Amino acid sequence: MMPTFTGYRRESGRIGIRNRVAVLPVSVAASSIAERIAEQGGPDVVATPHQMGTSQADAAREQTERVLVGTGQNPNVGAALVVGLGTEAIDASELADRIGANGTPTEALSIRAAGGTKASVDAGGELIDGLVAEANQARRESADASELVFGVECGGSDATSGIAANPAVGNACDRLVDDGGTASFSETPEFIGAEHVLAERCVSEDTRERLLERVERRESLADAMGVDMRGAQPSPGNQEGGLTTIEEKSLGAIAKGGTTPIRGIVEYAEQLPVGGGLVLMDTPGYDVESVVGKVAGGAQVIAFTTGRGSTTGNPIAPVIKVTGNPDTADRMASNMDVDASTVLEGESIAEVGDRIYRTLLSVADGTLTEAERRGMAEFAINEIQPRELAALGDPL
Amino acid sequence: MKGETIDDRALVLDRDDTVATALADLEAASSLSYDGRTIELTENVPFGHKVAMEPIPAGDPVRKYGSVIATATEAIQPGDWVHTHNCESNRGRGDTTAEVSDR
Repeated sequence: MMPTFTGYRRESGRIGIRNRVAVLPVSVAASSIAERIAEQGGPDVVATPHQMGTSQADAAREQTERVLVGTGQNPNVGAALVVGLGTEAIDASELADRIGANGTPTEALSIRAAGGTKASVDAGGELIDGLVAEANQARRESADASELVFGVECGGSDATSGIAANPAVGNACDRLVDDGGTASFSETPEFIGAEHVLAERCVSEDTRERLLERVERRESLADAMGVDMRGAQPSPGNQEGGLTTIEEKSLGAIAKGGTTPIRGIVEYAEQLPVGGGLVLMDTPGYDVESVVGKVAGGAQVIAFTTGRGSTTGNPIAPVIKVTGNPDTADRMASNMDVDASTVLEGESIAEVGDRIYRTLLSVADGTLTEAERRGMAEFAINEIQPRELAALGDPL
Repeated sequence: MKGETIDDRALVLDRDDTVATALADLEAASSLSYDGRTIELTENVPFGHKVAMEPIPAGDPVRKYGSVIATATEAIQPGDWVHTHNCESNRGRGDTTAEVSDR
């Protein structure tokens, strides 16, 4: 029998598992005011402050727009307010219209037009009242697990990640894919050294070539910058946790996607298919930006594995924390949702995978994650750097 | 857990591997019984870190998960702690690439 959960059916046909009202700044100049506006709303009103400047090179700006539109269109968002200073290359009204194209109720606010900080916070508060009233008309209804898009992430990895937490989350991915849903993992720098394993699992030659091309691009970027990746990959914390090389880290990291065939690879923040099986996303190795990319791509829920411990969350999607390190499970119990360190004592990967899958369905149904309960809601957009733009053939 | 557990204290993930992962803090001079052999630890190996199960000559690959994870930078004996001091990554090494370009 197909597992079900209850969620919010959106006009687009997609199903949300939370009913957030998002306050999206188009630049760093509007980020503080977006946060102040969101603070006036209830617990479901969330801001996505970020550091992008008022003007960016075209490719970088398009990526920022894709993240903001995707975030506003995530099915967990019942309504959205876009805030701009009014001088940005990204126009707040146009961005709100792009988000609203899928039926999401939206409003836009220009800080300059409103008359500065206080006037904007007041005007934003009124707009939020109206958007909350619209979003609150939504009611939970039954939906099949096949409608879930599950993003998986790892951060603060150690040697237990590849042995316990990642294979257990991977087992939950396999269960969801078997039930017809979508699972996605990313962080292309952490495919380096494991791409031969991934390449064998691609369903088509086209996907295989794109995957290898993406891995090569990330690696040659390090070459182009004359960077020794060992300075950052594995990180000093990873190394303390027993990970020696990026190859070792990658071979452990890819286990979190499970064992099903790889059906495709999408760009950072590009839409993930519903009912799509296992799909990769080409993202940087910075976990917060990587989570944001998958949430902008439509993931309603994230699993985040950590060996050394992490408290991270996301404003739009619940983040389920899984650790395979017994010490972290104990010391950071208040930030962990699933203890997978039992694998080291003999509990099978399948049993822990079943626990994670049931947690996933329960969180989809409305159970709060530890990150949600503690108000953890990091947000960061990946900025394409000048040298990357040059490497991509799109110089500043 | 995937792989073969040794005395509840270490894990070999694949039959082709030349290292095991410590599932506890392993002490110097303690021993592991594996594959009909007794391997004596030459030094302490912390939880999560790797211990060599085979001799690995300098320049030879280090294997875990059934794949190459590094190249030995010095001769490694069975029972040695295997980490950044005696092996190194083969990938993402812009520092060893002569060509620095905008390609």
